Amino acid sequence: MSTADLAPARRRDGGVAAAQLASVLHWLRLLRSEFSLVFGRNRNLALLAVLAVVPVLLGLVLRFSSGGGGGGGGSGDGPAFLSQVTGNGVFLAFLALVVESTLILPLVVAVVAGDSIAGEANRGTLRYLLAVPAGRTRLLAIKFTATVAFCVCACLLVAAVAVAAGAILFPVGPVTLLSGTAVSLGAGLLRLLFVALYLAAAMAALGAIGLAISTFTEHPVGAIAAILVVALASEVADTVSQLDAVHPYLPTHWWLSFDALLRVPVAWSDLAHGLLSFGVYAVIFCSIAWARLTTADVTS
Amino acid sequence: MTDGPAARPGTGQDEISFGRAVGSQLGRLHPATAGPATVHAAAVHPATAQVDASGLAIATAGLAKRFRSQMAVAGIDLAVPRGSIYGFLGPNGSGKTTTIRMLLGLIQPTSGSQLLLGVGMPAGANAVLPRVGSLVEGPAFYPQLSGRANLARLDAADRTASPRTAAARIDAALERVGLLAAAGKHYRAYSLGMKQRLAIAAGLLRPRELMILDEPTNGLDPQGTREVRALIRAIAADGTTVFVSSHLLAEVDQVCSHAGVMRAGALVFQGTLDEMRGRGAARILVRTSEPALASQVLAGLGLTDVTAAGREVTAQLGTEAPETVCARLVHAGVPVAGLETPRPSLEDLFVELTGEGFDVNG
Repeated sequence: MSTADLAPARRRDGGVAAAQLASVLHWLRLLRSEFSLVFGRNRNLALLAVLAVVPVLLGLVLRFSSGGGGGGGGSGDGPAFLSQVTGNGVFLAFLALVVESTLILPLVVAVVAGDSIAGEANRGTLRYLLAVPAGRTRLLAIKFTATVAFCVCACLLVAAVAVAAGAILFPVGPVTLLSGTAVSLGAGLLRLLFVALYLAAAMAALGAIGLAISTFTEHPVGAIAAILVVALASEVADTVSQLDAVHPYLPTHWWLSFDALLRVPVAWSDLAHGLLSFGVYAVIFCSIAWARLTTADVTS
Repeated sequence: MTDGPAARPGTGQDEISFGRAVGSQLGRLHPATAGPATVHAAAVHPATAQVDASGLAIATAGLAKRFRSQMAVAGIDLAVPRGSIYGFLGPNGSGKTTTIRMLLGLIQPTSGSQLLLGVGMPAGANAVLPRVGSLVEGPAFYPQLSGRANLARLDAADRTASPRTAAARIDAALERVGLLAAAGKHYRAYSLGMKQRLAIAAGLLRPRELMILDEPTNGLDPQGTREVRALIRAIAADGTTVFVSSHLLAEVDQVCSHAGVMRAGALVFQGTLDEMRGRGAARILVRTSEPALASQVLAGLGLTDVTAAGREVTAQLGTEAPETVCARLVHAGVPVAGLETPRPSLEDLFVELTGEGFDVNG
């Protein structure tokens, strides 16, 4: 086979590659546009600000209510980290993530996910995007990607602000894990990063539920409320012992299993269960959203 | 014609065959319309669409949409010739917007087929919609973004648009609609006219073969209406086919070459504007001091619907030439003070086609 035979084939491959590159670039272009909408919106920035303020307030309350440091006012009822915060500022981040994951984080995710399709429909911009044509599947993928990115940002923001506040308000040093083992500060922060990402995955699963709900209505507020109801109902059901047979299947059940990362050895099975649960929820509800949006009549 | 089948909105089937009968004068544009009266052309003539597509920017066959129990569009055969400015007329609620949403793939038709620029919709949406600009049911943009950023958002959604030329194309589109000076202003600060023009600018982000404009002058003041009308003419002058829906007759009268009239989901007329004007039955009006005698002569000539009111007598002219009628009147000793053959105005025809006071009753 001579090089002359190969040349057209290579050119054809080059053409395919160029087309693929172009489609990736167009994808990134719309994604960037979506990011600037989500992260440029005052309402969403205000929500992120609320997320960031909570760990600071938590830190201040602990700093000035516990009589300044060593007193160790942790009672048995509080989260496992409460007593450790005053001893090591890094634990403020774990505490903040636990506290915010019950209501504030789900609320923020509900707002962004609920607004994703319903907001466009409500504004009327959905019909113009689809007439461009943006492509229904492609638009949905972009919306979900932006929602996931927002979840990751929200969780990392809480962790970062809490570490900073903790470092200012409390002593910082090698991290004593829940299992009693001490690891270096760097290793502790790495574990914190994984905790934040685990919670982001949990929120992304809620985001997928929100995306699906968002495709069924033209009213973003209704979608947001519905998502919150789902999250809170699941959290309540998770505390009812009579329902313990269904607990592992609740969308919120595995949210706080990230304390597995704070033990030596790491309790991988809990984490794996959690991630599997989030993944299954994401797949199911993204499929529902896709089935709905690709067949719905857009009359908004 | 006033009491034709179209007067019964409930019976979609009658309206379809009626629409086809009226459309048959358009045979050269859309052979299918002259074919045998069938309820769903798509089912009976699967090849129709391909045959017709060549000269047509929009071709539909038996296009219908049912929302639950309500038949919003009852099987219409649109034939929009390339290069035309096609006025899509009808009272509010007659199915215009639903039709446009089906054409753009936003709504799935219940039955029938549709070709946009020769490509089947909605299957070919990705291929054909980039060649189609549209304004659907009023402008809709992000209020917190500027006009320019809003257009950038829509351009970013277009897989086939080049990002490198985006800035230049956006500015050119804004310039074209006279919004370049206000490009940096937030959309929420725009007046209704500016919003409407921004929506048209979105349709002009790239050269288009077809522009579909749904009520582009809705809510505009006379100045804004004139601007939009001039814009439509300019777009058409570039060779773009313009499909413009409206419930305002004057708008269509002034810019359109073709018209389609919707009534209760059915297409009750389709053709050139001249054909529409020619549709009205001519009458003869005689001014005379002897109305009784004049009535007698007109009736004797076989004219129908002879009515005398004061010193004026009118009748359906039918096939009689006005000069013959005049000669016979004079011959019979009628003092003819004046003689006219008034044609019904476009508005009269429109009302005749769509039903008197639809908006008032509905």
